[in-house]
Amino acid sequence: MAQLYDRYSSVVYAIALRVLGDTGAAEDVLQEVFLQLWRNPSAFDAARGNLGSWLAVVTRNRAIDSLRKRRPETDIENVVLSVAPDLAGEAERARAAEKVRGVIGAMAPAQRSALEMAYWEGMSHSEIADKTGEPLGTVKTRIRAGLIALRKAFQT
Amino acid sequence: MTEHEQYAEDLALYALDALTGEDRAKLAQHLATCTSCRVELEQLRGDTALLALSAAGPRPPQRARQRLLDAVAREPRTVITRQTVPRLGWWGWLGWAATAVVFVFSLSLWRENLTLRSTLASASSEAAENARQLDELRKIAAPIIEPEAQRMTLVAAKTQPQPQGKAFYLRNRSSLVFLANNMPPLPAQKAYELWLIPTSGDPIPAGMFKPDSHGSATVVNPPLPPGTEAKAFAITVENEAGSPKPTSPALMMGTGE
Repeated sequence: MAQLYDRYSSVVYAIALRVLGDTGAAEDVLQEVFLQLWRNPSAFDAARGNLGSWLAVVTRNRAIDSLRKRRPETDIENVVLSVAPDLAGEAERARAAEKVRGVIGAMAPAQRSALEMAYWEGMSHSEIADKTGEPLGTVKTRIRAGLIALRKAFQT
Repeated sequence: MTEHEQYAEDLALYALDALTGEDRAKLAQHLATCTSCRVELEQLRGDTALLALSAAGPRPPQRARQRLLDAVAREPRTVITRQTVPRLGWWGWLGWAATAVVFVFSLSLWRENLTLRSTLASASSEAAENARQLDELRKIAAPIIEPEAQRMTLVAAKTQPQPQGKAFYLRNRSSLVFLANNMPPLPAQKAYELWLIPTSGDPIPAGMFKPDSHGSATVVNPPLPPGTEAKAFAITVENEAGSPKPTSPALMMGTGE
């Protein structure tokens, strides 16, 4: 566990902090995520993804739940994902982070903000539509296109 | 837009937990039955993990590490015994942490081991059951097909036994067992050929046989085209090597009982 913590704690903390904007709350999420992993190591299916990405998804979900004072919607067992890039090493992560920032930076502002509202603020698509004044359909398309753009950037 | 395309649009939102209400419920229902959408969802979830990378920030405070390790230490233990590490001041946690890592792996291995063992146990009992069934079947088949089995044809009193053939055919397994009794002997290079007469088409070769000294013969599971419906079975005399088509009219023929 200490090794896993040392390798991934900064990723988990950074995500939690970005969502919650509060160091104490972020630390709580950090604890919760690793403790959950300890209690239930089989919740992560090594054949289907890599631990770094899995942790990223679980952390963000937990953090959003905390932000919106929701009970956790998804059991961590239900999170299954398949990911191409391996984010285990610091160097790979740094390179990948650069790439992601590049893709996001190149997005149209409306697309970027829709994606960020959904991801970092956990807003629902109707909330985003209300806030931006855009039709629901547009919000959906923008967000989907944003994710696909990210995916394409990492496909060889 | 087709219904399925509609769901595909919603998947991205679902992956971000940004889909709510009825749309969400409908998609959840759809996912239960649609593999391609589930696969795409997994892919999209992976894509969202990429977004996480854009977060850069300070490292977590040092105390968080110890806090976690303490919390882990307080967790109830399951089966594995861990070696006790003497607490030598601040080296104590190092030994403990190493043990903890081993513990996590041992726990996963132990669980895997349990699963493997129960799989093995059920496989063994299945194998034992199969062996028993096979044994039963051998007992049934043996008197029919073993050469040492005695064969007797019963006929009405004061009548001579006639050449007789009985075909047992299971179409869905293309399985055929044929028994012949009191067949007249044949000259050296000749043999009897069994034919399956399908409901349509030419007669299909179904095995060669020569009667033994008692006039008995058996044909068991000759190769047959799968699933052929049989209208009748027939016997002709052919050259020993067999023939793809009957070269003479049927000597014996029979249809279903």
